[in-house]
Amino acid sequence: MTDAAANRRAAAWIAARSPTWRRLEPRLRELEDGRSTDAETAFDAVRSYPELARDLAIARRENPASALTRQLEQAYARLHRGLFRSAANPRHDFVRLCRIEVPLIAGELRQRILVVAIGFLLAAFGGWWLVMTFPELAGLVASEKMIERLQQGQLWTDDLLNIMPSSMLSARIFANNIAVALAAFALGSIYGLGTLYIIVLNGILIGAAFALAASHGLHGRLFEFVAAHGFVELTVIFIAGAIGFSIGEAIARPAHRTRIAAFQRAVSRGIKLMLPCMAFLVGAGLIEGYVSPNPAFPLAVRIAIGIGFWFLLLWTLSGFRLPFKR
Amino acid sequence: MSESQRTEQPLANAQPDAARQRLQVASVTGIDWSVAIAGLGGRSYAFVVDWHIRVVGALAWFALSNLVLYGDVLAAPRENRSLFFFGVAAPALAIYLLYHPVLEVAMRGRTPGKRLAGIRIVTSAGQVPDASALAVRNVLRIVDSLPGLYAIGLASALLTRQSVRIGDLAAGTVLVYEADDTNWAAFDDTAVARIGLERMELVRELLHRWNDLRPDHRALLAAKLLRQIPSSKTDAAFKAALEEELR
Repeated sequence: MTDAAANRRAAAWIAARSPTWRRLEPRLRELEDGRSTDAETAFDAVRSYPELARDLAIARRENPASALTRQLEQAYARLHRGLFRSAANPRHDFVRLCRIEVPLIAGELRQRILVVAIGFLLAAFGGWWLVMTFPELAGLVASEKMIERLQQGQLWTDDLLNIMPSSMLSARIFANNIAVALAAFALGSIYGLGTLYIIVLNGILIGAAFALAASHGLHGRLFEFVAAHGFVELTVIFIAGAIGFSIGEAIARPAHRTRIAAFQRAVSRGIKLMLPCMAFLVGAGLIEGYVSPNPAFPLAVRIAIGIGFWFLLLWTLSGFRLPFKR
Repeated sequence: MSESQRTEQPLANAQPDAARQRLQVASVTGIDWSVAIAGLGGRSYAFVVDWHIRVVGALAWFALSNLVLYGDVLAAPRENRSLFFFGVAAPALAIYLLYHPVLEVAMRGRTPGKRLAGIRIVTSAGQVPDASALAVRNVLRIVDSLPGLYAIGLASALLTRQSVRIGDLAAGTVLVYEADDTNWAAFDDTAVARIGLERMELVRELLHRWNDLRPDHRALLAAKLLRQIPSSKTDAAFKAALEEELR
């Protein structure tokens, strides 16, 4: 075929196909917007997909390095992305997350959560023993001002509400707790070592704080302070720790998966479990800001709130099913 | 539905992004497509732009809300600190911290910085990532930013074949270049019939870049295309001759 004949053939093909390509452009924009599209647009896009694939194949064969080929490839890629995206149904996704995925992941991590809890308690016992055995170490966990107040028979939590209002206190506490939980989760990527550090350090600090309070006979009042929010807060930290360790294990021992695949699976499942946990940390922060520092709440009420909120967390993690119901 | 693999485009290919790594995506029609993977340059350019937007946004909120509430851009009230916290400090912090996760979900894998850099986040199958994957890549910024100045993230982007940071590895996402310059009108069938597709594209490209090129260089290129001697025409005459080719 002569050059002139080839040019005429290419021109005829472009003249025949370019109206379709131009008509497709607004459809592509509509699909890329991510909003739901009408049936006509969707059908037109589905019809255009094999047509565009054929055009791209022809363009690649005839002019592989041309701008037309590149442009057709871009349009084809955009159409592919628009057509093969997962259906957006946030309500369904949320219900599926709460009723199926969260209980499944929580169930799989149950033993690991228990192990983290035991490790945390051992670290707390270690912190307690250290401060009780070497009282001079108290300076590592409490400032001089805090120790002075303890010597005067006052806890550092006693006049929190005089320092800042409950709303502000709550926001600062839940933001801090969420940051700690996310760090325990994310730092699992360093073979679980970051998570181990966070869990052990927090365990030691809590044990040491109770030992310091106990050495001044104030451990009962400290327990009274933490009773309403502590159960949920600690449980979420254990869960974040368990997820962090599962991520670390996925990298260290990926079993039959590749390291990357195991890592992605562990993180993807972890983030799903972290979502409800973070909502509970907001709740725990509100309790810590409004209930825990308020002397009007007696110990029994605090324990009832703490255990009730804890059961609410367990109920949520079980997919809103009663424990005895199968 | 589709699977992906990374390939290297040969340098001999005349595509402008030919030297870049490419994410190749298989489709149900058997006609694969590929996109150029954004390297450290594109990533950091987008990040720097986004960082400035969120810093300026947060500071602007801080200053303006302070001005509205207290009549001073740098007020630090001793009383009614709740109002200051919830009206001034917390929203400013939220703008800074939630910029990436919120905008990446709302803009389907893009942010203003990424849009400016011409890149977007896609899954390894070339799809728009879901909110869960975007949440993962943002939470893992904690690791990427260690021990400071995104050192781990930068090292990871330098060492991985797809130039991804740890957050992307965890979420299964890749940053790719996305051309947004579709112009079907450029392919005029009458010009193609007369001079052929390849020649028409070259002429159009040269005319598009005409003002960016030095006069002697563009005259040389125009003369080559028109098969004429460079000194045979003035600069304007060469341009007119090229424009005539497209008519």
